[in-house]
Amino acid sequence: MPKLSINNMTVEVPDGATVLEAARKAGVNIPTLCYMENLQAIGACRVCLVEIEGSRDLAASCVMPATEGMKVQTNSPRVRKARRTVVELLLSEHDGDCQTCNRNDNCELQAVARELGIREIRYPGERSRRTTDSSTPALERNTAKCILCRRCVTVCSEVQGVSALFPQNRGFKTVVGPAFCKDLNSIACVQCGQCAAVCPVGAITEKDQIDQVWAALDDPTKTVVVQTAPAIRAALGECFGYPAGTLVTGKMISALRQIGFKAVFDTNFTADLTILEEGNELLTRLKTALVDKQDAHLPMFTSCSPGWIKFAEYFYPGILPNISTCKSPQQMMGAVIKTYYAQKLGKKPEEMFVVSIMPCTAKKFEAQRSEMGRDGVPDVDVVLTTRELGRMIEQAGIDFRSLADGQMDSPLGESSGAADIFANTGGVMEAALRTAYEVVTGRPLPFENLHVTPVAGLEGVKHAEIKIENTVPDWKFLEGATLKVAVAHGLINARKVIEQVQTGQADYHFIEVMTCPGGCIGGGGQPRSTTNDVRKARMAAIYREDEGKQFRKSHDNPAIRKIYEDFLVKPLGEKSHHLLHTHYHERKPF
Amino acid sequence: MIAENKPCECCQEAASTEELYKRLDDVMKEYRSKPGGLIPVLQIAQGLFGYLPDEVVQRISRGLNKPYSEVAGVITFYSFFSTRPRGKHMVRVCLGTACYVRGGKQVLDAFKKELGIEVGETTGNRLFTLDVARCFGACGLAPAIMIDDEVYQRVKPTKIKEILSKYQQPATAEGKGS
Repeated sequence: MPKLSINNMTVEVPDGATVLEAARKAGVNIPTLCYMENLQAIGACRVCLVEIEGSRDLAASCVMPATEGMKVQTNSPRVRKARRTVVELLLSEHDGDCQTCNRNDNCELQAVARELGIREIRYPGERSRRTTDSSTPALERNTAKCILCRRCVTVCSEVQGVSALFPQNRGFKTVVGPAFCKDLNSIACVQCGQCAAVCPVGAITEKDQIDQVWAALDDPTKTVVVQTAPAIRAALGECFGYPAGTLVTGKMISALRQIGFKAVFDTNFTADLTILEEGNELLTRLKTALVDKQDAHLPMFTSCSPGWIKFAEYFYPGILPNISTCKSPQQMMGAVIKTYYAQKLGKKPEEMFVVSIMPCTAKKFEAQRSEMGRDGVPDVDVVLTTRELGRMIEQAGIDFRSLADGQMDSPLGESSGAADIFANTGGVMEAALRTAYEVVTGRPLPFENLHVTPVAGLEGVKHAEIKIENTVPDWKFLEGATLKVAVAHGLINARKVIEQVQTGQADYHFIEVMTCPGGCIGGGGQPRSTTNDVRKARMAAIYREDEGKQFRKSHDNPAIRKIYEDFLVKPLGEKSHHLLHTHYHERKPF
Repeated sequence: MIAENKPCECCQEAASTEELYKRLDDVMKEYRSKPGGLIPVLQIAQGLFGYLPDEVVQRISRGLNKPYSEVAGVITFYSFFSTRPRGKHMVRVCLGTACYVRGGKQVLDAFKKELGIEVGETTGNRLFTLDVARCFGACGLAPAIMIDDEVYQRVKPTKIKEILSKYQQPATAEGKGS
């Protein structure tokens, strides 16, 4: 436990801590650009320079170990001058069209320049070459804005195990991008948007589709309705100055109504629907394996997360038959709106325009997959991320903080608490178990407050075993069986689980995979920046939302019972097959 | 194991693409478990194929279980690797500090003019590829150039024609300078 002095204040830090961590502990802010807590400390950007007594050179505090008796100055004239020079040099080659940049007013480089009091850039010179890439439906790149911090490279390789991005070329000509500076669309990118979530500037962003939504709202031939994913309500508030973990469900609904959507529906509704379909699919597969003794493609993997689907299509095509055929809740909602709800309104599917608010950039990709629609009419027309909704609310001139709470519209706005927790890693598993266990045994899931705590939280791979006893007669064949489940989030963890399964080290029955760390609450389209503390706060908010619901289990949702009675008939029935299920296909990584 | 295809004139030993791939796979087997194996594999691959075509890069990515983006990043970092077909002879003009101040730039311009190509390009007859390099360790006798494995020192723009003439014989197996 070394003790050191930061600006003449003594601070004690754990062994192995850096000077940056020591300064933060002492309440001293050191600006950073390339640093990412728990993920990347490489001393590349040189913005975090500090002066250490007895040392000739300034040191990058993010990589400098704190040692006993060290005397550090973070705000000496030499430090100020050096940091300013570093940032001026970054700005000298940066494409600084701030006013039209996606990151205007939300840019870490802008913020650092402001903090350092930079008023002129003394080094006019050559600028980074501008190559733009809008080849994918989800993401946009502009190399002239890139400051080469490598955050995206680290997150893509070490968190997602995709490694789509890497520095190409050398020196001033360095470009962070796909192999040989190809387009994202021509390489194996799952479009999760974690790169865009960690980019400090506007070099990688979500593809902004707000204007398409305004155009639809202004089109009198379209009935424009919106659905919001479970994870939005726990994060949207951050766009308006609320602390992470503030639930803004009611204000969000009011804002969407003021923007002009004809109906505000809850993707939660189809999360409940997913549980009925996917839960039955799992039980059917178990029956095929145990009773009929046929290959049922177990373990079954969840299918809600489109980044994960694309990942499996690229890297593990052999497991595609193991992935649930259920469409994601977003796509199920689109399909239900354009059939069930359109019929109620007396509208044709093509007269409906469905906008989704998602925490996710991969959902933009998912919505335009050719399997996701019927007769040339897509289930979902436009997907906006949480960040885009924040900007749209601003564009509409709505004072978000003063809004009264609104209510979701009926019938596709009603949901159980099981649907809320789809936002968290472990949540789809817990929701599925709440229903499946009760179907099989007739009793509620035997966990305190229905929370399957072994699969909750930020551990990368989690597992649980549930003993099934005293079954109802229909499910007698499961008597005495132990259901083994696993949960992974962050695709590098999905790799670990798949490899355990493929090498026979694990014999799970059901595996939940969410693409992003923490699940959808940590999605690539969520407000920046998502640290582990932010993830925990959003997850806690989601569990609060669940616990506050009248119904906690998907099969108890009366609107779900009604849609089966009126329209779908039964889970895995013919209508479900056409509207709610899909298929996958292998993709070549090169 | 000689190629069934029409042998290419400039290859010292005509081998089919399949044979070359097999050799590459054998090399990768040897280097797969060694840390730092990527660069030697790339060097050998470039020796086999003359350059690093995309299919070869992708094969190396799969074979060494290294991300395609990373393999490409290493290739594009080092000027000795090329992803475009190159001429029979590689002309590298040093523009390291010592060579630069002693007239390396003028030597480069003379080569451009003589060969009629820009840096990175190959002459129409596929005889020469022109590239720049950073330091061969011959700074004491700058400016230096390299043609294939041969280093020429204190090169003057006026001597260029003479140097190149040695390599301009119609292609035979032994076309190299002394």
